[in-house]
Amino acid sequence: MNLTLKIWRQSNAQAKGKMVDYKVTEISEHMSFLEMMDVLNEQLINKGEEPVAFDHDCREGICGMCSMFINGEAHGPDRGVTTCQLHMRMFKDGDTITIEPFRAKAFPVIKDLVVDRSSFDRIQHAGGYISVNTSGNTQDANSIPISKYAADEAMDAATCIGCGACVASCKNASAMLFVGAKVSQYALLPQGRIEAVDRVQNMVAQMDLEGFGNCTNTGACEVECPKGISLENIARMNREFLSANVKG
Amino acid sequence: MSGFFKSSIGRKYAMALSAFFLMFFLLQHFAINMLSVFSPDAFNEASHFMGTFWAVQYVLQPVLIFGVIYHFVMGFILEARNRGARVKKYAKNNGAANSSWMSRNMIYSGLTILAFLVLHFIDFWIPEINTKYIQGDMTGLLPNGEGFRYFEELAHKFENPLRVGAYVIAFIFLSLHLMHGFSSAFQSAGASSMRKEKLQLFGKVYAIAIPLGFIVIALFHHFNHH
Repeated sequence: MNLTLKIWRQSNAQAKGKMVDYKVTEISEHMSFLEMMDVLNEQLINKGEEPVAFDHDCREGICGMCSMFINGEAHGPDRGVTTCQLHMRMFKDGDTITIEPFRAKAFPVIKDLVVDRSSFDRIQHAGGYISVNTSGNTQDANSIPISKYAADEAMDAATCIGCGACVASCKNASAMLFVGAKVSQYALLPQGRIEAVDRVQNMVAQMDLEGFGNCTNTGACEVECPKGISLENIARMNREFLSANVKG
Repeated sequence: MSGFFKSSIGRKYAMALSAFFLMFFLLQHFAINMLSVFSPDAFNEASHFMGTFWAVQYVLQPVLIFGVIYHFVMGFILEARNRGARVKKYAKNNGAANSSWMSRNMIYSGLTILAFLVLHFIDFWIPEINTKYIQGDMTGLLPNGEGFRYFEELAHKFENPLRVGAYVIAFIFLSLHLMHGFSSAFQSAGASSMRKEKLQLFGKVYAIAIPLGFIVIALFHHFNHH
C-alpha cells in the first residue's frame, strides 16, 4: 500500500505546530498502525529528519498509551481497538490519512502526537482507589458475597485503560466516561462502598478543576472507547454524585 | 448540597430537571391546542381556565418562565464552557461516525426554538398579558361580548402563511431538539440502562408526535380560515 499521511508536527508544548504531508510506500496490510508509523520514522531518520513523536508501550491494547486521532476518530476507524491494534487493512491503497494528537485543554500537546494525560492521574489520585490494610490478615475473598451482576459490571468498568479516547472523541472534551468507569468499578463492590461518598465528590471536583467539558450525552465516547465502556457508567456516577451530595 | 449546582454533574441535573418540566408543559400545551381542532368551545373553556386560574397564572406561569430562561441561559453557559475545553480544533473530525447530528447540534436547534419563542411571545403571550393585566379585561370575551375571544384570536393568527411557515420550521427544530433531549435528560438524571431502551423508544415517539401535532394544528387553522 502507498499512502499519504497528514501529520500534526509540533516541536514542543509552546510551539505553534502545523500539519505536514508525508508519503509512505510498500506498507503491508498486515502491519499495525504503529508499525506503519515506525516505517515512516525509519524513513525520516534515514533522511536526517526528526522522527514523529507518538506514545506507545505494550502494543497489545492494554496499557492505554497509544493515542492518535486518525481520520477524525480516536484510535482510527475500527471499533473496540487501540491504535496499536488498528491494522492497515482498514485503509485502502492510495488513501490520505489525517493523524492528529488527542485534542483537549486538559490534554496539552507535549510534542507532535504526544499529549500530557496526567490530568487523568490527578483524578485517580483524588479518589480512584480503596484504602485497605493488607498486612497479612486479609480476609478470604469468598467471605464477602457479591452478586454476579455487580461483579460483571464492576469488571467491565475496570477494563478502562485510561487512554483518553473518550475525551478526544467527545465534542465537549468531557472526561465523564473515564471518571464514570473509575467511580463505578468501586461503587459496585462492597469494599468500595465505604469511601464511596468522598470518592465521587473528590473525583468529580478534580475533573472539573482540570478543565474538561461537560457531558451532553452524545454517546461518542462509548462508540470510540477501545474497551467498550458503557454510558451506563456515567448515569451511575450521576446517581452516586447526587446521593453523595444529599448524604453530605 | 453546597456547590452541587456549580459542579458539572449538578448542572446536568439542573438541565435535566428544567427539561422534564418543559417537556411536561409542552404536553399540556399540545393537549389544550388540540382541543381547538375538535371543539372551539372546549378550547375556549380550557384557555379561559388556564388564563384566569390563580395557581396557573401566579405559580405555574412564573415557574415556566424561570424554567425556560434557566434552560437556555444554562445551555449557553455550558456550550461556552464546553467549547473552551477544546481550544485547538481537529483538522478532521468525523463526528457522524460516533454520534447523531441532533446530539451534536443541540445549541443550534435550541437557538431556533429560542427565536421561535420570541415570535410566539409577541404573537400570543404579550397581547394576552396586555389584555388581562394592563387593560384589566379578565372576562376573556370578544370585544362585542359575544362569546370567548381565544379561538378567534388563535384562528386569526394562522391566516398569515409566513407565520405558519415559521411555526412549521420551528416545530421541526423542536423535534430535532427532543430527539436527543428527551433521552439525554433521563441519562443525565441517572436513568439505568435497563430502563433506557423503552425510554428511548418513548422519547422518539414523543419527539415526533408532539411537534407533528403542533404542525397539524397550525396547518388546520391556516387552511380552515384562510
